[in-house]
Amino acid sequence: MKKLLAVSLAVLMLVSLCACGGGSKNVIKIGVYEPQSGDNGAGGKQEILGMQYANSVTNEIEIGGKTYKVELVISDNESSNDKAVSAASKLVSEGCAVVLGSYGSGVSIAGSDTFADAGIPVIGVTCTNPQVTEGNSHYFRICFLDPFQGTVLANFANDELKAKKAYCLGQLGNDYDIGLINYFKQAAEKLGMEVITAEFPKDNSDFNSYLTNAKNAKADVIFAPCSTSYAQLIIEQAEKQGIDVPILAGDTWDSNQILDAAKAKAPNAKIYVSTFYAEGGDVNFEKGFRDFINGNSVNKQNNGGNDIIAAVSVMGYDAYYTALEALKKADSVKAADVLKALPSTTYTGVTGKIAFDSIGDAARDTAYIKKVNTSTGLWDFVKVQTIK
Amino acid sequence: MSDFIQANLPYLLAGISVGGQYALIAIGYTMVYGILRLINFAHGDVFMAAGLIMVFAAASLPMYISIPLVIIVTVLLGFVIERVAYKPLRSAPRMSVMISAIGVSYLIQNCALYFTGGLPRVFPSIPWLTDTVTIFGAITKRVTVITPIITLILVVALVLFIKKTKVGMAMRAVSRDFQTSQLMGIKIDNVISMTFIIGCFLAAIGALLYFSNYQSVIPTSGSMPGLKAFVAAVFGGIGSIPGAVIGAFLIGIVENIIKGVGWTTFSDAFTFVLLIVILMVKPTGIFGEKKTDKV
Amino acid sequence: MFKKINNALNPSLRHPEQERASRINKVGAIILLAILYVFLFVLDNFLPAGSFTGMLIPVLRKGAIYALLCVSMNLLNGFTGLFSLGQAGFMLIGGYAYAILSIPASQHAAVYQYFDGGAIQFSIPEFFSSFLGAGLGSFVGSIICIIIAGVIAALFAALIGIPVLRLKSDYLAIATLGFAEIIRAIFQWNGFGIITNGSNLLRKYTALSDIRWDIGSVSLKFGTVFVFLIVTICILLIVLLINSSYGRAFNAVRDDEISAEAMGINLFKHKMMSFIISSFFAGVGGALLAMYQTTIQSAAFTSAMTYEILLMVVIGGIGSVSGSGIAAFLYIAANEWWLRFLDSGSIGSIEVSFFRGGFRKVIFSIAIMIIVLFFSRGIMGDKELSITGVINWFKNRKERKLAKKINASKEGE
Repeated sequence: MKKLLAVSLAVLMLVSLCACGGGSKNVIKIGVYEPQSGDNGAGGKQEILGMQYANSVTNEIEIGGKTYKVELVISDNESSNDKAVSAASKLVSEGCAVVLGSYGSGVSIAGSDTFADAGIPVIGVTCTNPQVTEGNSHYFRICFLDPFQGTVLANFANDELKAKKAYCLGQLGNDYDIGLINYFKQAAEKLGMEVITAEFPKDNSDFNSYLTNAKNAKADVIFAPCSTSYAQLIIEQAEKQGIDVPILAGDTWDSNQILDAAKAKAPNAKIYVSTFYAEGGDVNFEKGFRDFINGNSVNKQNNGGNDIIAAVSVMGYDAYYTALEALKKADSVKAADVLKALPSTTYTGVTGKIAFDSIGDAARDTAYIKKVNTSTGLWDFVKVQTIK
Repeated sequence: MSDFIQANLPYLLAGISVGGQYALIAIGYTMVYGILRLINFAHGDVFMAAGLIMVFAAASLPMYISIPLVIIVTVLLGFVIERVAYKPLRSAPRMSVMISAIGVSYLIQNCALYFTGGLPRVFPSIPWLTDTVTIFGAITKRVTVITPIITLILVVALVLFIKKTKVGMAMRAVSRDFQTSQLMGIKIDNVISMTFIIGCFLAAIGALLYFSNYQSVIPTSGSMPGLKAFVAAVFGGIGSIPGAVIGAFLIGIVENIIKGVGWTTFSDAFTFVLLIVILMVKPTGIFGEKKTDKV
Repeated sequence: MFKKINNALNPSLRHPEQERASRINKVGAIILLAILYVFLFVLDNFLPAGSFTGMLIPVLRKGAIYALLCVSMNLLNGFTGLFSLGQAGFMLIGGYAYAILSIPASQHAAVYQYFDGGAIQFSIPEFFSSFLGAGLGSFVGSIICIIIAGVIAALFAALIGIPVLRLKSDYLAIATLGFAEIIRAIFQWNGFGIITNGSNLLRKYTALSDIRWDIGSVSLKFGTVFVFLIVTICILLIVLLINSSYGRAFNAVRDDEISAEAMGINLFKHKMMSFIISSFFAGVGGALLAMYQTTIQSAAFTSAMTYEILLMVVIGGIGSVSGSGIAAFLYIAANEWWLRFLDSGSIGSIEVSFFRGGFRKVIFSIAIMIIVLFFSRGIMGDKELSITGVINWFKNRKERKLAKKINASKEGE
């Protein structure tokens, strides 16, 4: 028995070693550096879906007169900084020409140096922290930044919601939450609002006390840009406590998870999010993407069990085409050439025109504000918000 | 005054409710520890698994079938874990068993990750339990009020069971002296299985109540409540059921008061400070029995 | 029995055979290490980055770091019998201390973006670079930072140890686990943000890729060599400690506290010593991990990290230094490299639908359970790997088989 087990373990190792090799000619690899597990697993999967759909639409590219098949190499960074290096190394060792990702700024920064050492350009899809692209020349991104998003949300709270006092709730140890709250606070205080901040520890599920604090402080708006697993709890507990002030959040909340939670558990909730894309922007794309999701049970599960299109998926789709555009422009399959071509690459995608500035950030000056419609379980478009 | 109550009662209610749920998990810890001297690290994950099973069961079955089903499957899970992961190591050093427990916890979490795809799952609303009620102007869910009552009923039943029945007597004997009770003709394996069955039964009930309150299940949902329940068990004196219950309520309430005061950053840390203080002052907990080392 | 102990204690009383074996082992180990370092140097600089070497470098680096962490935990859990689960906390302290001290002054504003550049405005590697040159300066500076990181972790351990080490077995485990959680909360608190950067990550400090030597236009990299060098020195120190009279006292404390005390061993002092030393090396390991990761964030240092190290120790064999090392490399390689294909959805070109995200971890945890249940002594048990040991193992294969047969027939009777 023991021997059998030992042998089977050894065989498993051997098989896995064999599986590491392989590959054929005329294939160009695009790395997908995304979390598939951990806190941000859900968002990462939706982002990958967009890329996979794009790959299913266009999986061939002509470079230097030859036709290459485009292959996505997916590497799970587990939403964790200590797994980031090996996940990034995996993509480097596979010889990816360009890498897309990641959902979550922390892991993006953690993997950044590995890509830099290998000279591989990375296109950030929805990592909004300014530090991702700052001080390097290989990281680009197609989304807006936290300082912008924080300001947009503060403006929205002030202009549209007429809020005077905001209660901000973020996860302790999560740089996305804390960073966005910080920018929101700066902008909101400039507009004359009062801001209270609070942090909850990882794996917390009891938000009643926080919500009671918000209620007792007579906050007019709750700003909670945390990950979706906590968001569900906050929405539901706020409803049960009878809190009727609007809840505001950033791009992470643009997820089916939020719609489901609000529809099923919180019919009176007023939830607003700022995001990259509002549904209805491109009918052809949406139809194709829905068919793609509905055509495969795994895809549907990864999208949260329905076919509502998340903005991160759309961003993933655009990122894929931006990468293809860069490859075409470089007219080479070498990472170094793509890196040279990327700064001047432009592409008009589903989410708008993408062009990079000197830091490598996309020049974006609009964010879409959406509201949850709790009776239909869909997003209602509210407005396009820009900074004054 | 009524304003004051209305503003602060929610903290107390949340605390009592959380405390009740911690208590149901803590009993599982304290009973297993009492008999096997094992910190069953997987207990928190069994609790999470119960929540997840409910999510999957309720998706296709009516409530009156899925609730008993959840309890049965969870109890089975506990039974199987004990037989597969702990029984073969009965004569091994205690550390090996504890590591096996950590391994089981790792396995359950990873299986949960695989089956849920890492997405948080929304726990189904159990009718009546999740309705809102108003107490002195504070709005809350009915489950918040029901939890401590259910907890107390179950604890009283459990204490009676241990005091009055033959199996209960066997359990007490085994926790006193493992070897001697074996010599007295007590079937150790059955007693241990029974302990796990009771612990998991309570964990399943705890999960139903807990997730009715906090309606989202993720693979790590069990780890924090599990750890805190363990702290509660240590606090009350490990091996003592009333101690675990009192410890759990105390931790639940204190934790929420801390959050209410505004030290939200340290609400978890405080639980551990409390643990360390109690271990310093009275290492055997409030109701623990003092033991002397035998050479 | 007594003779045996005496022989082990006093080299002059050793059997010539033993003497010879020990010499072979020492010389052999030095030769093997030299070969290893040459290989690592070549790997760092001259081997083309292919699909194999590309993964080999990070796995070797992380494996080496975890080997140190495992050995330091083994010192405490395996050799002293103190069941501590505070490893992640001390690694966090070490990693942060290292990072904070080595962020270049010019980068403070960017790193501490929410805290106006933070409170600490100097960088030790930068200070040394100013007169030793960039390569040597960052080498010396980072070594000093690593030592400081270890010392700070050890100081915290001394503080925590005073109350905690009075506790026994499981209580000790849970109290140290609690302390690790408290440390994490403190490091994440915004109030200390000017030093720790709160919840945000630290970056831009001297990382492994900065350990290089520029000669003219050629730049030689020493990243992997550096990690192995520090790890080898640390493990060597721990081995020396284990084989010293202190080490024997630790073993006595582990085997039986009461008799150890009766023999005149000061229990608290020795426990404290083991705890502090183990934490020192955990701090060093944390600092190396920070160097490897190039960024560090307190959120990653959860109790799950401690469990991971504990599992490696168990897989390697509690009480075996070489076992811990082997297990660390195997664990890291399997988890982060070999088993990754399980997530990819196919073996080679065959599509397998249940191979999806997370399947790797399920398989991996099942493998761990199998090891824990069926090979509970781990790879090495409490034995050590040595060259003569390996040679003898091959030599004695036949004898062992025979002995097994005899045993089997005896049991049959």
